[in-house]
Amino acid sequence: MARITASVYTSHVPAIGAALDAGKDKEPYWQPVFAGYEYSKQWMKDNKPDVIFLVYNDHATAFSLDMIPTFAIGTAEQYQPADEGYGARPVPTVIGHPELASHIAQSVIQQDFDLTIVNKMDVDHGLTVPLSLMCGNPPKEDFQWPCPVIPFAVNVVQYPVPSAQRCFNLGQAIRRAVESYDEDLNVHIWGTGGMSHQLQGPRAGLINKEFDNRFLDLLISDPAAAAAIPHIDFVREAGSEGIELVMWLIARGAMSDVAGRADGVNLKHRFFHVPASNTAVGHLILENK
Amino acid sequence: MSLDKPYLDVPGTIIFDAEQSRKGYHLNQFCMSLMKAENRARFKANERAYLDEWPMTEEQKQGVLTRDLNRCMATGGNIYFLAKIGATDGLSFQQMAGSMTGMTEDEYRAMMVAGGRSVEGNRFIGEDGDAQAKNQPQGSANKNTKG
Repeated sequence: MARITASVYTSHVPAIGAALDAGKDKEPYWQPVFAGYEYSKQWMKDNKPDVIFLVYNDHATAFSLDMIPTFAIGTAEQYQPADEGYGARPVPTVIGHPELASHIAQSVIQQDFDLTIVNKMDVDHGLTVPLSLMCGNPPKEDFQWPCPVIPFAVNVVQYPVPSAQRCFNLGQAIRRAVESYDEDLNVHIWGTGGMSHQLQGPRAGLINKEFDNRFLDLLISDPAAAAAIPHIDFVREAGSEGIELVMWLIARGAMSDVAGRADGVNLKHRFFHVPASNTAVGHLILENK
Repeated sequence: MSLDKPYLDVPGTIIFDAEQSRKGYHLNQFCMSLMKAENRARFKANERAYLDEWPMTEEQKQGVLTRDLNRCMATGGNIYFLAKIGATDGLSFQQMAGSMTGMTEDEYRAMMVAGGRSVEGNRFIGEDGDAQAKNQPQGSANKNTKG
């Protein structure tokens, strides 16, 4: 049986990818950001998953205003890193896991979540920056990510976006779907985006460390309370783009304690830093007990 | 019956909802067209002629020509789409975001390094924070008056 053993949470700021790709990760501005992921890169090597289920959002890359799916699961064999206007990031092609992805799609739709199934799309920084942070950019002689990835894109660009509560419930459905897959696979689920940031208008540059750290506290020890945060609170307290944090609830909902099988989770790593470009960077690694 | 829009009282902020998306459809799709190198080249060669190929309002076209992202947002633009214009110009996301505050690039970067903009006074319209309409523009950037 496949099972989810751990969840990872991280911001996916595009400037982080650009800094890493340009070899600026040791510069004073960026060094504290990457230092926060040193533990994580070792943890990834020590706890290598068979598949990563990666929750992220597309930033007007694969999805324009032609189509705006609320939840989209990638069932393709592979995904190319997108050209977002600056040229494609020099990172490996993302290899999918079509069999598990299709299984999850079927199971989750039967649990009343209407997923859009995507067989062809490019993936932007929302997906590739978390991979770079957690794995480092792979060397030329072994130019590949450590395992297959199932992209799961959430609309957080056009309001209304799905509520934190719905995301939390969806995570629970994804856990059930994974556990009904026969092959013995170790699956990690990642929630990405956030933390507080606003990219638009005279309020651009908003950061709320108190909100962010309270959110991290809740996500670890009282995820149901984090799931109860309404959309307007994210906007008002964490900025218009801080709404991306709802995606973290999908990963958190997939953990065993939410299913009543364990008392809490094991916190392996916690990191918070301001700023990376316009954004507060937050990061957690949680393992099932 | 009107829809519930509790986000209208957040200062200095435009939430990209279905109504804004409808208003900005052609503006945002124009932005998407800049994902292709050949379109970027055509746009740069003659911005006005390229914009005239799109059924955008004159207000939207002026917003693009003057690179006034607040004006683009007000007429239905979304920041992730508008970012394609910035990418065409070779600007970073921080430069684009900062341009909407009235601050210079250095002023905006310094604010971020110092911990970012405080939420205090910036939660509701009518408070006293730096993002409130009465406190604009915030910095010493020279307004681009082209067009």
